[in-house]
Amino acid sequence: MLSSRQASSAGAGTQSVRASRRRRRWGHETLHGYLFAAPVILGLLIFTAYPIIFTFYLSFTEYKIVDVPRFVGLRNYVAMFSDELFLKSLSATIYYSVLAIPLTLATGFMVAILMNQKVRGIAVYRTIWYLPTLVPAAAAAALWRWILNRDFGLLNNLLGSLGLPTPGWLIEPGLTIPALVLVGLWMGLGGTMLVFLAGLQGLPQQLYEAAEIDGAGTFGQFRHITVPMMSPIIFYNLVLGIIGSFQVFTIVYLIYTPTGTGSAGPEDSGLMYMVFLYRNAFQYFNVGYAAALSWLLFLVIVGLTAVMFRLQRRWVYYETERGR
Amino acid sequence: MATTTAQQGGPLAADMGQGPRTSRRRPSSRIRTVLAYVLLTGGGLVMLLPFAWLVSSSLKGPENIFTVPPEWIPEPMRWRNFTDVLSALPFLRYLENTLVITFVAATGQVVTSVLCAFAFSRLRWPGRDVLFAIVLATLMVPYTVTLIPTFILFKSLNWLDTFLPLTVPYWFGAGSAFFIFLLRQFFRTLPMELDEAARIDGAGPWVILTQIILPLSRPAIAVVSVFAFLSHWNDFFGPLVYLTSESKWTLALGISALQGLQWGRDMTHLVMAVSVIMVAPVVVLFFLAQKTFIRGIVLTGLKA
Repeated sequence: MLSSRQASSAGAGTQSVRASRRRRRWGHETLHGYLFAAPVILGLLIFTAYPIIFTFYLSFTEYKIVDVPRFVGLRNYVAMFSDELFLKSLSATIYYSVLAIPLTLATGFMVAILMNQKVRGIAVYRTIWYLPTLVPAAAAAALWRWILNRDFGLLNNLLGSLGLPTPGWLIEPGLTIPALVLVGLWMGLGGTMLVFLAGLQGLPQQLYEAAEIDGAGTFGQFRHITVPMMSPIIFYNLVLGIIGSFQVFTIVYLIYTPTGTGSAGPEDSGLMYMVFLYRNAFQYFNVGYAAALSWLLFLVIVGLTAVMFRLQRRWVYYETERGR
Repeated sequence: MATTTAQQGGPLAADMGQGPRTSRRRPSSRIRTVLAYVLLTGGGLVMLLPFAWLVSSSLKGPENIFTVPPEWIPEPMRWRNFTDVLSALPFLRYLENTLVITFVAATGQVVTSVLCAFAFSRLRWPGRDVLFAIVLATLMVPYTVTLIPTFILFKSLNWLDTFLPLTVPYWFGAGSAFFIFLLRQFFRTLPMELDEAARIDGAGPWVILTQIILPLSRPAIAVVSVFAFLSHWNDFFGPLVYLTSESKWTLALGISALQGLQWGRDMTHLVMAVSVIMVAPVVVLFFLAQKTFIRGIVLTGLKA
């Protein structure tokens, strides 16, 4: 505090000196700017720009790593749509997204609202709800494989004691995705909740007070203040959710590792997009095909983000737009 | 989901009743608070249940782990599971590998992010803002798009099955876009007059960074360091792709290998013990750095 006051008074007193110094130092500053950013600039070129372009090229080739890439035009992209496993992975990923994203968003939003009710000990609650997010995926997969065990797992123990059916979560193909959604919910809820909570705590209190005076009830306030004011954050979590579910890998891969490397559950029912991609790249060495899959994913993500930004204009409320 | 309607139904019903606002408001908000506590505590216990199951299972043996209903507090507690894992797999070797990779990679991320964020926020140079926009745009790039060429690159450098692919890129800003963003935002909140006063005294950018900016930025750097540590400690995909010989594996690969070994005899209790060992440092770190941690997540919207 003291040093900043000293500094600002010094700065004000030497206005002209400062200006001329800055002019003299300009070249110096540019050099240092590039120097300090140099590692990141190099990294962007080597580890991002070049690989993106090279993957694009590979996606038009047939390449098995041991040989040279052979140009095949659009064949990889065309082949996808008659590849049963590709279609299976696409539908598994979409099924997962449709279940997991609304569930995570709704639950996260609700928990954030509860925590925002001026509850005492909020730090403790926040910690408890956030903790699962930190668990390493490898450990989480091992733990959940054991929780979901049909005969001795925690989940079926609880369900059984309530007199509910105790299905084979990891054995029945129809239950693979719901089981993965459950794991994803446990691991993803904390982050979503925290982002919502931060947003709720930033909402202007006067709006609620005004609504109260106008006689709006709890639900009315929720519907007409909380939801519109929070829509940018809901939107943000939605985009992240979609991008995330297309990249689910470790949990699926690890939960089914004991049944064979690269396994995706009974009848490949848990064949998420990334697992399919990994198989092609690192198990079958269909590198060209895997490159095409990567680029398709890239386009999907860019496209989804663009569509959402467009939709956002229609239904997301921004404070700055109030005057329009 | 039923709980949502229950929670909102209570206060809503109360608010719809008649009578003057003042007399209605208090019981309604009291009901709401009680409901909030009940739901937060109940749900919180459900979130914690898997942890309890993890710890409980890690203290059991093959003879009492498969019981219905489960014994929550095993009798006797089998502490030797934690020493047994040392012989079941080269645990210490995996731990050492994980620590080396995590330490080198996380340090690289913090150092390059600080340098770059400083250049983005405290220095003026042509192309700066364009470059910052590009760095932010890389957040949208899925890692698979860069994976194959990077793999081929490391293969041609003979770096496969070494720690280099898992560490060197992080000295060049790989995976650091969020950190750069966070640090830049933080650096921008510090008054520019500090730099200008130092310049008048003849200080160069390096002195300004190390003597002025860094000492004032400890909380932001702590957040970035914790996140960087976690992302490498938790990483499974990188080691899976790049490390083939068993002696170079990390803990995450060790857990999965141990799971794969389960064919002959059941080792669920040992898998749980290793998982406890992997989760414990993360939980401890979280409790130590809780405040800065939450602030960092809130600032960036980053989900670890």
